[in-house]
Amino acid sequence: MNLTHLEKLESESIHIIREVASEFENPVMLYSIGKDSAVMLHLALKAFAPSKLPFKLLHVDTTWKFKEMITFRDQIAKEYNLDLLVHINEEGVKNNIGPITHGSKLHTDVMKTQSLKQALDKYKFDAAFGGARRDEEKSRAKERVFSFRDQQHHWDPKNQRPELWNLYNTKIAKGENVRVFPLSNWTEIDVWQYIYQEKINIVPLYFAKERPVIKRDNLLLMVDDKRLDVKEHEKIENRIVRFRTLGCYPLTGAIESKAISVEEIIIELLESKNSEREGRAIDKDQIGSMEKKKQEGYF
Amino acid sequence: MDLEKFFQNQNKKKQVKILTCGSVDDGKSTLLGRLLYDSQNVFLDQMDQVKIESEKYGTQGKDIDLALLIDGLQAEREQGITIDVAYRFFETSKCKFIVADTPGHEQYTRNMATGASNSDVAIILIDAQKGVLEQTKRHSFIVNLLGIKHVVVAINKMDLVNYDEHIFNKIIAEYKELIKNFNFISTKYIPLSALKGDNVFSTFENTKWYSGPSLIETLENIQIEKKDIPNAFSMPVQWVNRSTSDFRGYAGTITSGKISKGDVITTASSNSQTSIKNIYGTNGELGEAFTNQAVTLTLQDELDISRGDIILTHDNTDIIKADQFAAHLVWMDQDSMLPERNYIFRFNNTYINGQITDLVHSINVNSYEEIATKKLNLNDIAYCKIALNKTHSIAPYKNNHQLGSFVVIDPYNNKTIGAGMIDHVLRRSTNISWHEMSINKKTRSKLNVQQPCVIWFTGLSGSGKSTIANILEQKLHTMNKRTYLLDGDNVRHGLNKDLGFTDTDRVENIRRVAEVSKLMLDAGLITLVSFISPFRSERKMARDLLEEGEFFEVFVSTPLEECEKRDPKGLYKKARSGELKNFTGIDSTYEIPENADLVLDTKTNNAEELADQIINFLESKKII
Repeated sequence: MNLTHLEKLESESIHIIREVASEFENPVMLYSIGKDSAVMLHLALKAFAPSKLPFKLLHVDTTWKFKEMITFRDQIAKEYNLDLLVHINEEGVKNNIGPITHGSKLHTDVMKTQSLKQALDKYKFDAAFGGARRDEEKSRAKERVFSFRDQQHHWDPKNQRPELWNLYNTKIAKGENVRVFPLSNWTEIDVWQYIYQEKINIVPLYFAKERPVIKRDNLLLMVDDKRLDVKEHEKIENRIVRFRTLGCYPLTGAIESKAISVEEIIIELLESKNSEREGRAIDKDQIGSMEKKKQEGYF
Repeated sequence: MDLEKFFQNQNKKKQVKILTCGSVDDGKSTLLGRLLYDSQNVFLDQMDQVKIESEKYGTQGKDIDLALLIDGLQAEREQGITIDVAYRFFETSKCKFIVADTPGHEQYTRNMATGASNSDVAIILIDAQKGVLEQTKRHSFIVNLLGIKHVVVAINKMDLVNYDEHIFNKIIAEYKELIKNFNFISTKYIPLSALKGDNVFSTFENTKWYSGPSLIETLENIQIEKKDIPNAFSMPVQWVNRSTSDFRGYAGTITSGKISKGDVITTASSNSQTSIKNIYGTNGELGEAFTNQAVTLTLQDELDISRGDIILTHDNTDIIKADQFAAHLVWMDQDSMLPERNYIFRFNNTYINGQITDLVHSINVNSYEEIATKKLNLNDIAYCKIALNKTHSIAPYKNNHQLGSFVVIDPYNNKTIGAGMIDHVLRRSTNISWHEMSINKKTRSKLNVQQPCVIWFTGLSGSGKSTIANILEQKLHTMNKRTYLLDGDNVRHGLNKDLGFTDTDRVENIRRVAEVSKLMLDAGLITLVSFISPFRSERKMARDLLEEGEFFEVFVSTPLEECEKRDPKGLYKKARSGELKNFTGIDSTYEIPENADLVLDTKTNNAEELADQIINFLESKKII
């Protein structure tokens, strides 16, 4: 009997997740609360059932996430009895670093990239799962499943280990670490189909609802709290919107949509003409920008 | 839109993994861009981005350069070449395609092998203007070596040769000749123009003489999956699941055959047998499970099984326990492969140390000639014999890709430096295990009233190793310690007189000395080894042979100028004049120790004082 495409992807991901649990001393799963994280967590729970997850989850909180994301995160942790760590770059908080005052580049660097490095160093994690997929962005198409990082967490695209068959090289020296991407070969539509078939719970922000938004720099931003600093000429409107990706709320554009269920999202996606990272400001800072962020250690 | 129907159709779609092979100028990125674009897998905003980039980097004048959809990393966009394996995704109404896009130029053979290792079908691009080139031979060879069974030869740029049928047929004839000894099940030939889109998705009127299907139809209709899966079941154990004291499951991905509840199984490491109690798939209990499925198995009886072992059925005769085998090897690192050097071999679910004992021959991938060789360089392919330090269950690659493949890892820096495919087992596992003597290292040491160890002196020729070692031995002797001194020059007169001074021979020289020093240690002696031992890998190998606290690396640190000034044997003079080849420090490297246990400075202390430093060191380590 031949497996379906999704069954093949599922088995491949589970194999990767088990490999990490077997070969690394102190792995962690980076949980970003989004749909890809939800799928990754779902696969991990399957990989080790009926046992508990043999590793902790880590959320790097930039303090600018949507409120609903944080609520959802804590609810999931409770529901599945997960060992969830939350890390915030206190240095950044002390200096009041934020996307509105400092721009997306600096904010992402301090509150996400640096913060992640801090957390990995603090807990001495030697492997960190991430939910990134190769179809998301051009520079990610070349990413390995096991992506080696040096002691400074740097990614050197010219010096990656060749990866053949499913024989992942898990050998590292002290202080080095790997980022592991179990969803490497999934596409956006695969992820949504899997969420639908497996009835995976996702953050309600993905579903259309009337939300207060303003238009700024061609993005529809949700007024999630007062920090958005709405200017006089910016009109707060209640529009039926949803989000295709989730990040820091001042950097994540909403789309106008009526999709209120996973089915409707999939239909919308099939008919849509824009790729999912479109809503993200950080990819377009400059040409080749994701590649630069990755070299610096961004996921 | 009927979503249920949509999903039903989605689930019917075949997953096809494709490797694309071609060089910088064959139009490979353009073809891929075309496949993505014509299958409507490119979003508008991505196209907008490509339009911007086309103006900046494009090679198609005012037209959109579809290749820019593909070339990912900024460095290569600027250079206009692809430098690594990239994965692309697109789908049609029948298939989900995962494409490994690999560069074609010579120095990147390793990337092609990487892409090929996970592909079912290879698209070999040939520029119609140029015909079959050396690189076409190279690509086809690697595709065959990695066991891809289906090849589509895409003869591109037909628009530039006026869609000439004769050119197309000539290339087919040449290519057929090229692959006559290969194991391809299907080979298809398609004339196309990636730039114009001719015969990529739909057939085209300029090639009326061609009645075959378009590229995409060809890909959709290849029969990848074998129709009759043999029953011989195997599953390497990846992780043992002990959720409660009464649940013990073996998690892994099935590498061959199928398994049903109640089937009798055994393991590769034992002869005991039991039967399958339960199979847990990704959605609970299953009656049966198949190749490539990730499952957790529970057994009727407790067997001693851990990660590294393989669960299999008795009819599986492919899997053999062995510690020696012959294999094809692709070398992927700047550092050359040297026979007898210690490497880590990564198999499906375990790592085992071993050596490449014989390089039978390397293969010229352009002419397919077999060449005698002493070492392998980056991108070399060879047939060789490998010995593992312990037995492992393996299968020939042609029968089982998962259990017949391995990668080679450098134990010094953990880099992946090679990949191999097992051809056949050389010696079946025997029961020769290390004979446990009743008189052992411990009892001998007790009689000797000392703690045996190996003191390994390394340093340039003329640095003072032997002088210091000699004085040290005298001092230990007067302290009633039993010792032995292995000296480079002396050993080379006897045990190692068949060895010269090439890198390969130096590795073997140190391997033998390390093994001898291990026996001396086992005899309970304080063993002094005085060898240049220029390479870190071999010094580490010697250290790894012994237990923690038995090996001390002493670096006799004398600068090259000083050694050359002293030149006690007149060797530097000979080396400088070219009379002596491969002399360490002159035309052969010395890798300075990074973590020596003791560093001796011969410029500030004399040999007597330095020997005392070692005595103090040994006392601090409670050796004497």
